[in-house]
Amino acid sequence: MRVEIRVQEVPLDVAGEIAGVHAGDPAVGGVASFIGLMRDLNAGDQVSAMTLEHYPGMTEKSLRAIVDEAGRRWPLRAVHLVHRVGRLTPCDPIVFVAVASAHRGAAFHACEFIMDYLKTRAPFWKREELADGQSRWVEARVSDDAAAAAWQVGDGDPEDGG
Amino acid sequence: MIRVLYFASLRETLGRADEALAEPPATVGALHGQLAARGGEWSTVFGGGQQILVAVNQEMAGPDTTLSDGDEVGFFPPVTGG
Repeated sequence: MRVEIRVQEVPLDVAGEIAGVHAGDPAVGGVASFIGLMRDLNAGDQVSAMTLEHYPGMTEKSLRAIVDEAGRRWPLRAVHLVHRVGRLTPCDPIVFVAVASAHRGAAFHACEFIMDYLKTRAPFWKREELADGQSRWVEARVSDDAAAAAWQVGDGDPEDGG
Repeated sequence: MIRVLYFASLRETLGRADEALAEPPATVGALHGQLAARGGEWSTVFGGGQQILVAVNQEMAGPDTTLSDGDEVGFFPPVTGG
């Protein structure tokens, strides 16, 4: 499995990353991808900017462990995972995940799995600047914990071979 | 000696990003209690009023995780990446 994981301050090049995950590999039958973007609204408040902090060293290890787990559950040819840190404004991509596999089931499911685990396990924290001048730390969501927990019921999806 | 790191809202509340402890307690749980016993903001953060996650040597850990000389311990709130 080819793996590319980056935590970066520079903006994401989504088209470049998708081309990279496919990379002319003739065994790839499907590429599934997800882009997480910053919105201007959270918990009912207008948000003007957001700063992402992380735990250097642990972040990369944590993301690698999540991608490796995806590779154990599904047959994958390649995974690209890129996460921004630093200051972002609305419409900026925050995170990008792309998965290449022989068939689409594995690609779709692994992509969702990686996002659900990243949301609950990777050491990033968001601080929002609101339109009214206040700033606050974003709170973790119960729905994210529930999404991650749902993957623990079984070991991937037995239908994903085809 | 162990190095203790504080992230995000913990760092803001406690007013420090890191410190070195000459005598590491035996476990993460013992360290947690030692920090709470400092009183003031330390008691607010580590006294059980909010969920605190912990990593030892950059792997998620828990109260029973043992500590050794040279370890790095990170304390942080629930994560909000992605």
